[in-house]
Amino acid sequence: MKLRKLANYGPALVLILALLALWQLYVQAGQVSPLFLPAPTAIVAALAHNWPIIYDNTLQTLLETVLGILLATLFGLAMAILLDVSSWMRRAIYPLLVISQTIPMIALAPLLLIWIGPDIRSKLIVVIIYCFFPIAVACADGLASVEPELINLLRSMRATRWQILWMVRLPAALPSFFSGLRIAATYSVVGAIFGEYVGAEKGLGIYMQRATNSFAIAQVFAAIVVTAVLSLLLFGLVSLIERIALPWYHGATYRRA
Amino acid sequence: MDTLKLRARGITKTFHSGRQALETLASIDLTVEAGEFVTVIGPSGCGKSTLFNIVAGIETPGAGTIAIDGVVESERAGKAGYMPQKPLLLPWKTVEENVILGLDVRHVPRKQALAGARELLKRFGLLEFAPHYPATLSGGMSQRVALLRTVLFNPGFLLLDEPFGALDALTRLSCQMWLLDVWQEFRASVLFITHDVREAILLSNRIYVLSARPARVLRVVEARLPYPRQPQQLASPEASQLESELMSLLLKEQQL
Repeated sequence: MKLRKLANYGPALVLILALLALWQLYVQAGQVSPLFLPAPTAIVAALAHNWPIIYDNTLQTLLETVLGILLATLFGLAMAILLDVSSWMRRAIYPLLVISQTIPMIALAPLLLIWIGPDIRSKLIVVIIYCFFPIAVACADGLASVEPELINLLRSMRATRWQILWMVRLPAALPSFFSGLRIAATYSVVGAIFGEYVGAEKGLGIYMQRATNSFAIAQVFAAIVVTAVLSLLLFGLVSLIERIALPWYHGATYRRA
Repeated sequence: MDTLKLRARGITKTFHSGRQALETLASIDLTVEAGEFVTVIGPSGCGKSTLFNIVAGIETPGAGTIAIDGVVESERAGKAGYMPQKPLLLPWKTVEENVILGLDVRHVPRKQALAGARELLKRFGLLEFAPHYPATLSGGMSQRVALLRTVLFNPGFLLLDEPFGALDALTRLSCQMWLLDVWQEFRASVLFITHDVREAILLSNRIYVLSARPARVLRVVEARLPYPRQPQQLASPEASQLESELMSLLLKEQQL
């Protein structure tokens, strides 16, 4: 069972290895200066050599990411429920949410730095702006997709509006919520790094910036590798939580006692 | 003194959409006695389900009064067990948790509710499915579970809106016999909606025939087949005569 699941990733793994091999050959053949484009082996070496510093910065980025996505989830859920209160609310709030996504982060992030300072709060705000939107939209759609007959059934039982929300509509929206959360999880690391890039004391973003400025390109790539791994791990974590939280959605036939 | 479970008098309903008015119910009078199985048949789209939703308290009538157990109250929701055509089982709840949905709404303690649900599932041969998710159930099984959910919420008065309409013939027949079993066990009053004449004859004490929209009561007939009912009784001369009578009545309406 487990082996078969791993085998699903086989094609992707083969492709990645092939691309890495091409890259390695290209650099080794002297087509490009290793200073500009380090070979994969050089990146691994840089990662190993700078691991204590990178590890330290990674922890900071991870903290911002996880805190940010938790706050974004709360905010996104609140927005989804607010959108759901009435069609009037929906028409009032929805455009604002969309506009919030059109803000160029490259302009906003430095302003946040000026307003709030270089500590974790400015990064959290960037992560929240990146991440709440997919959660809010997916969750609002999930809430709206409940069959009207089901609502009628609950009304015939004299359920209150809140009981209907709590007992039927929120649970029914959970699969959509998790789809949104998975997208948000992949955005979150990038968001945190962007926030750090414009100014921070610690974190992968500022590490990349310093490495770039000192022309240590292998170290930039090392940080990129860590970023990718971090994003994948978060994505996997959300999927894992979903499988545990929604066994019925993933083909379980009965509840274990 | 009043043994009527339900008395509906002069129920009307008109739906408005913009300037258009759709008169759906034109003054319906209907009664269900305690313990009686009453069926409403009518051509499709005649407003049976609207009448139903009004009795269930989901919609308000344009005019008329509805008394349940002799009490006229505009807040009727919760006074009857309501079962629509689709089973509407919640996929994230197990069968037993689905059965106690109505009790959850009423804040009945969980342990007590689950005990009641298990007893009911056991009595009607579904106990083995109690911890299963509904996705694994067949259509007939789902409807049985939905019916038990309705019964557990209110065993005294059941409103059933074409509950077996989507099932294949054989499953439907076995569900019908099963429903009669449930009905007898709880001496429930039942208001049942269908457009299947044979189903009406097989199940009911009395049958209301509604006209095409705007619906009014065309006829009320008694189905005098002996109990316990068996599918073979549909072949008896009285049943066949009743069937052809109702059929021609409905057919005339359908053409309008």
